[in-house]
Amino acid sequence: MPVAELRRVTKRYGAIEALRGIDLRIDRGELLALLGPNGAGKTTAVRILLGLAKADSGTAAVFGCPPASQEAKLRRGALLQVAKVPETLRVREHIELFSSYYPKPLALSETIRAAGLGGVENRLFGDLSGGQKQRVLFALAICGNPDLLFLDEPTVGLDVEARRALWGHIRGFVGRGGSVLLTTHHMEEADALANRVAVINQGRIIAEGTPADIKARTAQTGLEDAFLELLKEDAMEEVA
Amino acid sequence: MTHVYWMEAKCEFLKLLRMRVYSLSTVLFPLMFYCFFGLAMGRSPQPGAAMPMARYLLATYGAFAVVGATLYAFGIGIAVERGLGWLQVKRASPMPPAAYLVAKGAVSLAFGAIVVTLLFTLGAAFGGVRMPLGQWLALGGTLIAGAVPFCALGLAIGNFAGPNSAPATVNMIYMPMAFCAGLWIPLQFLPSVMRQAAPFLPTYHFAQLALGVLHAPVQGTIMEHVGALAAFTMIFAGIAWIGDSREQEKVYG
Repeated sequence: MPVAELRRVTKRYGAIEALRGIDLRIDRGELLALLGPNGAGKTTAVRILLGLAKADSGTAAVFGCPPASQEAKLRRGALLQVAKVPETLRVREHIELFSSYYPKPLALSETIRAAGLGGVENRLFGDLSGGQKQRVLFALAICGNPDLLFLDEPTVGLDVEARRALWGHIRGFVGRGGSVLLTTHHMEEADALANRVAVINQGRIIAEGTPADIKARTAQTGLEDAFLELLKEDAMEEVA
Repeated sequence: MTHVYWMEAKCEFLKLLRMRVYSLSTVLFPLMFYCFFGLAMGRSPQPGAAMPMARYLLATYGAFAVVGATLYAFGIGIAVERGLGWLQVKRASPMPPAAYLVAKGAVSLAFGAIVVTLLFTLGAAFGGVRMPLGQWLALGGTLIAGAVPFCALGLAIGNFAGPNSAPATVNMIYMPMAFCAGLWIPLQFLPSVMRQAAPFLPTYHFAQLALGVLHAPVQGTIMEHVGALAAFTMIFAGIAWIGDSREQEKVYG
């Protein structure tokens, strides 16, 4: 059984067809990177798997349960793009609060270590650097000891060092047997972290495979060039 | 499971307490107004007033303080957290959905209780207000319980207002609603148009209940005011619910 799955899911917002029948599955222990240009449907797919939006048709399941169910919520964590996190709470308080939502959370010290927050746990969120803030959001995603993580552009706006540090923590999570759905615009990030890549464009999955498969299929050496090639092919098919 | 509610309320309280714009405006504004109107001007008996201003205004500024603490916590708090994505993170987590609102309600009541206690201290120490302990407690209890309809109003504002416009929206509703219901200066000193419009405001019914505890002359019965406040609560909750369902269908990113 896949840990999370979308089958023939469609979603429409007014005149916009955000998803036009997509199939997507995340297997145990793998990191699947969902790539696509802005507006391709990445965030909509993630929102449906998080139970924040309902599919118009098709089915969505997380551990075989409806995505909005408590069973699904207890076994997953999410790092979402958020414009403003309450700034007057300490790092420790944020983590303790989210840990209280789960029956068997990680110990506070373990979460702090797994997210690289040692030494700043008593700082107010508002006093942290950009990299530290993202690591707090990562800590909130992993503190419940979930089996599945959703990471929606987790390293956006981070400098190289902070990005690499977060990669290390994501690899640590996968290394302990966790599964991850990662959306990102950094092809280098997908190449470095993903076991499998799915490319979404205009609400459809247009390619799927290991990063090496994708590169081989388009005869490109870099994932970014392969990605652009796939979008170009898709645009030509659309016209034809 | 109760642990979650406690943690949520504790974090909500600490968050607001450390947010100076909230804690200062919630606490200082009502105290300052009470000092001006209740203490500085209230020394000499007003013609036509049934009791010393310091005593009368304890009820109305108490109501003013509680309404402010609640509308700022709910209205602005929810508009910001909803509009800037934080509520999404909470909703994706296993947090019991009620915990978020229960915590905000409990903390609004707690801040209301703090301001009311400070107002009472000012009134007793500098305004010469004396009453039996039972009456102090009845007034305090009425004021704190009166926060409930304004939790619903704050929720309605929070579900509709944008994150940047919410503070202005709250003040545009809060200040006129307080003034026209006689929370700043007693109703009988207001123009007759305002006096006739006052019963359409929830703040009016709240203030009448609080004044009733002080045996000040009030209009209507306790049951009428409680009924009116219950009706306002239902209407505001309904509006909040409409705002929330509208929100569910919005696109993000």
